[in-house]
Amino acid sequence: MSTPSIQAHQLVKKFGDFTAVKDLSLEVSPGEIFGFLGANGAGKTTAMRMLCGLLKPSFGHARVAGFDVATQTEHVKKNIGYMSQKFSIYDDLTLKENIQLFSSIYGLSSLQTQERMKQLAVQFGLEDKLKSLVSTLPLGWKQKLAFSIAVIHQPRIVFLDEPTSGVDPITRRQFWEMIFETANAGTTVFVTTHYMDEAEYCDRVSIMVEGQIQVLDTPQKIREQFSAQTMDDVFSLLARKKETPT
Amino acid sequence: MSALAAFVKKEFLHIFRDKRTLLIIFCMPIALVMIFGVVISTEIYDAKIAIVNASSEIHSQKLIEKINSSNYFKTVSYLRSSLGLEEVFRAQNIKLAILIPQNFDKDFGNGPPPTLQLIADASDLNVATTLIGNASNIIQAFAQENAPPSGAVLPFQITTRMYYNPEQRDVFMFIPGILALVLMIVSAMMTSITLVREKEFGTWRVLSSTPLPSVIIIVGKLIPYFLLSSINACLILGLAVFVFGMPIHGNPVELFLVCLLFIFTSLSLGIFISSIANTQQAAILASMVGLFLPTTFLSGFIFPIENMPVWLQPVAQIVPAKWFIEAIKRIMLKGAGLGQVLTQIYVLAGMATVLLAISIRRSRKQAT
Repeated sequence: MSTPSIQAHQLVKKFGDFTAVKDLSLEVSPGEIFGFLGANGAGKTTAMRMLCGLLKPSFGHARVAGFDVATQTEHVKKNIGYMSQKFSIYDDLTLKENIQLFSSIYGLSSLQTQERMKQLAVQFGLEDKLKSLVSTLPLGWKQKLAFSIAVIHQPRIVFLDEPTSGVDPITRRQFWEMIFETANAGTTVFVTTHYMDEAEYCDRVSIMVEGQIQVLDTPQKIREQFSAQTMDDVFSLLARKKETPT
Repeated sequence: MSALAAFVKKEFLHIFRDKRTLLIIFCMPIALVMIFGVVISTEIYDAKIAIVNASSEIHSQKLIEKINSSNYFKTVSYLRSSLGLEEVFRAQNIKLAILIPQNFDKDFGNGPPPTLQLIADASDLNVATTLIGNASNIIQAFAQENAPPSGAVLPFQITTRMYYNPEQRDVFMFIPGILALVLMIVSAMMTSITLVREKEFGTWRVLSSTPLPSVIIIVGKLIPYFLLSSINACLILGLAVFVFGMPIHGNPVELFLVCLLFIFTSLSLGIFISSIANTQQAAILASMVGLFLPTTFLSGFIFPIENMPVWLQPVAQIVPAKWFIEAIKRIMLKGAGLGQVLTQIYVLAGMATVLLAISIRRSRKQAT
């Protein structure tokens, strides 16, 4: 057994009196696609930011890529990629300039940068588009490119914060192809989404309600546990349970 | 390429690809200098005047020659008496008449001093005041040149209205203010906008998830604006010296150092604004209210601080531009060295330190 990519033990984040994340514990193995679900305001983003070393946990501890997120943030950041729901690449730069910028930030050599650029160009069939401004490319392309740039330094874990929101179904499908490829190559994928059909693509998912993880298992087992047809049903069941506490 | 170099390059690309930014950085300074220096200039050249000379002998002739040889006035009408002067005012649209009394030559240098009269078209009060000032200066100079060596008394009388501004051209007053304004806009406003833009577009979060320390991100964003501001300072000072003939009596290197310090203070202000604003709109608004208005109205740039109400004067003291303008004027016009503007230097450096400290504290708070 290799060491887990992500290991969180009773993580808590408080903002004043408000507890955004309660006792978050989970483990994600290398190469796994982990779906991190929850309604807006359930604490997903806060949890993710703690795991990325952007936010210090109030209590508990977590290790990402084997490094402590509270004390070894530098090491954590070197080993992760991050893509947010908003645009993470610069519209007024060309594709090539974006790639060069992030390659330099992650300390890739110019040779490595060249190689990665060629690789990406072939993968996307974009050889002739490298010098065009990102703003001229269609939205779906931009999201895919943002993903490529998030994994440009071949991180051990990539965090995707609602990467497919606002994208058409075909592009979403293509986007998930990329996620599968990346995971097959050994990178751990930690993804939040509010599309329940996408949850089915994950190896395991957790559903967060009011800062707490309610369920954590494979999509199939979760459906069985709740005797539901789809993840969507599970989700609404959990949401209803929250509204009428017993 | 190091991460910092890559980041600086990226920032330059942002600037050079955005026409509006370019316009603000490079066209605005030139436009401001030209507007204040040329268009809103209160100096008037070749004003049409009439001379009424009731005396017409050697001294009065010499005085008229002196008036005509200045480039302030163009005499369009000579009269022997003030009869019909009003007609000349109306028909020839003269702005000023200089009346030399009959006893001018007779009493010149002896007897009770004769009195010259200046009559101005006060329908435009500003023009009238300026012209009277100009004429008084010329006549005053003439009186001093031609004073009899024996007498301590001037050979004739004239009341001078603009004594404090003998040869000082108003563009010299404006240049330091414009310099302060432009450096404020480019360094403080533009940097706050560019920093906030990263926050707004979500790229800040992506950047902070990279191993790049946030200090490098901020420094990388500031370097281009620091360089462009320095170029702007040279540009404005160049225009001041070569187009408007403003002197630099002090050391140009010291002058430039003070400019660099002010740019640094402005950049700190920009960082501070970006730490409190979350959208570009808010950053622009904060810059307008917090920088633009005080720099224009409270720095002594347009309105003298001494003339402000007592309660407002302390407010003027916290406007960085006030201290910068003071230092620049002293160095350029009075030839002061750095040692004589230490107070201003300490205040500007102190402001920068405090602003940076607050911004760092705020960003630390946000991270935990």
